[in-house]
Amino acid sequence: MTEQQWPLWEVFIRSKQGLDHKHAGSIHAADAAMAIENARDVYTRRMEGVSIWVVESKYIHATNPDEASSLYDPANDKIYRHPTFYDLPDELKHM
Amino acid sequence: MDRNSHINYILQLADNALVLGHRNSEWTGYGPILEQDIALSNIALDLIGQARYLYQHAAKLAEAAGTGRVTEDTLAYGRDAWDFRNCLLVEQKNGDWGKTILRQFLFSAWQYFFYEQLQQSRDSELAAIAEKSYKEVVYHLRWSSEWVIRLGDGTKESHGRMERALEQLWKFTGEFFVPAGYEKELTGIAVDPAVIRPLWEDRVGEVLAEAGLEVNPGAWMQTGGKEGRHTEELGYLLAEMQFLQRAYPGCEW
Repeated sequence: MTEQQWPLWEVFIRSKQGLDHKHAGSIHAADAAMAIENARDVYTRRMEGVSIWVVESKYIHATNPDEASSLYDPANDKIYRHPTFYDLPDELKHM
Repeated sequence: MDRNSHINYILQLADNALVLGHRNSEWTGYGPILEQDIALSNIALDLIGQARYLYQHAAKLAEAAGTGRVTEDTLAYGRDAWDFRNCLLVEQKNGDWGKTILRQFLFSAWQYFFYEQLQQSRDSELAAIAEKSYKEVVYHLRWSSEWVIRLGDGTKESHGRMERALEQLWKFTGEFFVPAGYEKELTGIAVDPAVIRPLWEDRVGEVLAEAGLEVNPGAWMQTGGKEGRHTEELGYLLAEMQFLQRAYPGCEW
């Protein structure tokens, strides 16, 4: 028996208005309409979301883990990029 | 208004939801693909949730009438097949995925228009249950319609299976629109089936046409479920569903 798998889709859920869509996981579906429904049924059963994006996984381009050291390590010793060298007035809260 | 008719009517709606919910739950763990297994299990839970609200409502009315202790559980697990008022469609065996989908579609299309109307019921409890359930059914109808089209308009194999399913199930759809004796006495509380018939026929016709499926307009229709005359399938379903409460009455865990 030949088994044909439906394409894989990545699911992004917005948990409430004003927040960003966050990656929730992936599902299989035959097309976009089914992907939205499957995402709804799999990832929003416990009131996790108010909006869903799906994108077929093959359209996601990613960095290569082998290049991680050249891509990300150079940021390690640039602490001056963090806004941590300012004296803040005492009245300023929540920073 | 006759209180018994009122209770029978609520039981009909509850039994529809419970029996189809149970049928759908038989797929849990066996769905054709994980995502659809979850989708159908969600629908099963929606339906069983609707059944609970309706049984609770019926139990309150029954207790008020002085019939002794009645609960949602005694109604679901303590009645025999001839006491069940569900329509014949929902008790039909699952068959393949196509038949399960088609059964859900034909029923959801009915429930969709039915709950829309029931929100106007003079029984405010029923109206509230209808309002809450309607939102769930909108999704059930959308989901099952897409599947009917997908399979009917799919491969030769899927089309053939949908044709067979339609042949098996169509004869049970006429019952939706034939009021049982107790329904006729409930003006203002019950939904008039004549109102939803054209709406149901239009919607079902549209989806079946898009799916490339045809029905025989003059087909003979089997009725009786609403009055407690069921097909043999219901007995087996109840035997399994009620086993625990029958063997260990009142058992909790």
